[in-house]
Amino acid sequence: MNAPLPIEPPRRPHGLARYWTIYVALWKTSVTRELGFKSNFILWIFVELLWFALQLSFIAVIYSHTDHIRDWTKWEVVLLMGASHFIQQIFLAFFLTNCVQLSELIRTGRLDFMLLLPVNTRFILSLRQVDLGGFVNAASALAVMIYAARRLQLSPGVAEVLGFLLLAGAGVIIHYSLMFLLACISFWTVKAQGFVWGYYNLFNIARLPDSAFRGFFKSFFTFVLPMLLVANVPAKLLVNKLSSPSEMLLLLGMSAACLLVSEIGWRCSVRRYTSASS
Amino acid sequence: MKKYWHVINIGIQNTLTYRMNFLFRCVFGFVPLLATIALWRAIYDGRTDTISGYSLAGMISYYLVLTIVDALTAVNEDDWQIATDIKDGNISQFLLKPIDFLGYRLCLFGAGRLVYMVVAIVPTTLFVLWFREDFSLPADAATFGYFVLSVVMTGLLQFFLSYTMALLAFWMQEVSTVIFILFAFEYIASGHLFPLDILPPAVEQVLRFTPFPYQLYFPVSIWLGRTTGAAVGQGLLIQAAWVVAAYLLARWVWSRGIRKYSAVGG
Repeated sequence: MNAPLPIEPPRRPHGLARYWTIYVALWKTSVTRELGFKSNFILWIFVELLWFALQLSFIAVIYSHTDHIRDWTKWEVVLLMGASHFIQQIFLAFFLTNCVQLSELIRTGRLDFMLLLPVNTRFILSLRQVDLGGFVNAASALAVMIYAARRLQLSPGVAEVLGFLLLAGAGVIIHYSLMFLLACISFWTVKAQGFVWGYYNLFNIARLPDSAFRGFFKSFFTFVLPMLLVANVPAKLLVNKLSSPSEMLLLLGMSAACLLVSEIGWRCSVRRYTSASS
Repeated sequence: MKKYWHVINIGIQNTLTYRMNFLFRCVFGFVPLLATIALWRAIYDGRTDTISGYSLAGMISYYLVLTIVDALTAVNEDDWQIATDIKDGNISQFLLKPIDFLGYRLCLFGAGRLVYMVVAIVPTTLFVLWFREDFSLPADAATFGYFVLSVVMTGLLQFFLSYTMALLAFWMQEVSTVIFILFAFEYIASGHLFPLDILPPAVEQVLRFTPFPYQLYFPVSIWLGRTTGAAVGQGLLIQAAWVVAAYLLARWVWSRGIRKYSAVGG
């Protein structure tokens, strides 16, 4: 008789590889979920497109009465709107649903299950669901940007495009950090949808040209809630409007700062969690 | 009638339960207003002429009055709540109670607006004081009277339309997309983004045949004196007609919907 082969326990990936496997699994479930509601999925894309078109028509109406807003011309603003929408939609695809759901998880006490999972809680809370419609809408934003760039006769090189993507990524991180921080307020007040939807109002600022603002408003939305950096800096890189490279450094720096503050905020908040109904 | 006062009372208390949430909504709501005003300031920067008859002060007044009207009449969570009540089968109890669902929701809506008004009065006043040099009051008492009348009808129109949209939950699983689509049209065609009379005249004429201008733009234009004379009376009549039409539509959709209603979970 042969001795039975020693059974090796299945090797579990660890570290980054492990998180990658988990994330792939989360993607699969998200895709499955979306496919379950196909017509709804398409309708939501239509809703976002409609709102985007609405913002653009606002610009069209304004520029039918003027030919510049400070130093911004029509197609430059269109490109800025495209960049803002692109960043917003990528943020939406990865993070928005998850941030919105946090307050509900706290209210109902279902956060217990998340805390018990053997992964970093913030990771699972932030990336649980992927909203695929966001990618479709991000593509439509890109299309508008490309059209605007052609009207401006711009032909950005590889370095500029990569720079844009990097800066846009920093913008997404800012949106995510601030929204997550706001969602954490529900550890104190239980119902925080108002906070989360309040943030939607801030998106409105991100898509406007920064030079329209002056004084306190401008400082506040640059250095406290850096909305005027999120889309303006990447767009300005493409239309050659950056006054100096330090604007790019400022965006990257603010993005890192926001992420840090939100991590501190999250750690303070989760300590207050007392669960509910169990 | 007494029972409806109770409903209003409940509505006020519901709103106050999550007061921080509510306060935050009010405060953040002002951010886009500030941004829009800054944007128009930048547009008027260095030009001396007006845009379709709006001076910078006129334009700022437009947005300030718009904010006031919006605070008084906007439907904010009522439609979602109604749709959820239908989907979860919670309206069964209203079919059994001697209370009219539309009346009940209208009371809750009124109560919500009342609280919002009280909360928003402080920031709104501060705002108006801040921009007092650009802010214009109605020309006379009669104008103000017409404005108030028009605002009440605006509120009713907003409510009846949102109510009707929410009732689509009798037929559909998800009504939020439909609500957002209508909301998008309301947003642009009711004058939320910009005064409708800066649009090309042809487009403005077409809009006049829809209920949208009467959902926001019309009362604001009365206040600012951009609708005057016979046009005020005529506009108020048209607005009243839209309110009645929206009310009848709401009643009709309800009576159709209730036949489809399967009282899930009840």
